[in-house]
Amino acid sequence: MDFKLKVDASGLSCPLPILRATQGIKTLQSGELMEVVATDPGSVKDFAAWASSTGNALVEQDSANGKFRFVLRRK
Amino acid sequence: MTAEAASKPKKLCIIAYSSDLEKTWASLIIASTAAAMEIETSIFVTFWALQAFVKDSKRLPGQNWMQKMLSFMQRPGISHRKTSKMNFMGMGPWMMFQLADKYKASKPKELLAMCQELGVKIYPCQMTSDLFGIRREDLIDGLEETVGAATMLELATAADSTMFI
Repeated sequence: MDFKLKVDASGLSCPLPILRATQGIKTLQSGELMEVVATDPGSVKDFAAWASSTGNALVEQDSANGKFRFVLRRK
Repeated sequence: MTAEAASKPKKLCIIAYSSDLEKTWASLIIASTAAAMEIETSIFVTFWALQAFVKDSKRLPGQNWMQKMLSFMQRPGISHRKTSKMNFMGMGPWMMFQLADKYKASKPKELLAMCQELGVKIYPCQMTSDLFGIRREDLIDGLEETVGAATMLELATAADSTMFI
């Protein structure tokens, strides 16, 4: 996948991963992809809620070795 | 985006009443996250919370000795909040900030800046501004106009959720 932006939110506590993602996605054009990596376990549900509320699409998510990865597409 | 979300944005109204560190902190976490979720967010700042929205650099706002005494007893500014319990002459807040750094949590000042960047509307209360002798120029920049209880009620009744913190 071609990411326009990668946001490393590793180590950050709530709500910083969401706030960093919000700042990031605002720099993208509609349809462009952003990858966010976080270590906050709460971020799994939080990114789903954020995507549902904003209308930006959560295209893909997975986790490995305590890292949670999200691929988001700007609406 | 669903059609419903496109046509009607959700709204949140926070009535910030307390100036305690942990309550101000909670208000700003909720407000910044709500704005990040594209929820139209307003904060009505009244009573003690007004002290938290005075500029950090402002010492002793007030027009008479009683107002100045109140400002002296609780130093205004977002960076000078006290915890509601276990304040211990500032040891409590100091430890909370150390822990926030350790766990990479954002502190109230950064969250307030984030709220303003994301368009949270912050309305100071007219009556409590008068009561405490706090003038517009004592308050941080970028706030909405000073309003009263009727405006706050209009915001609250139009909101999907209202919180009194």
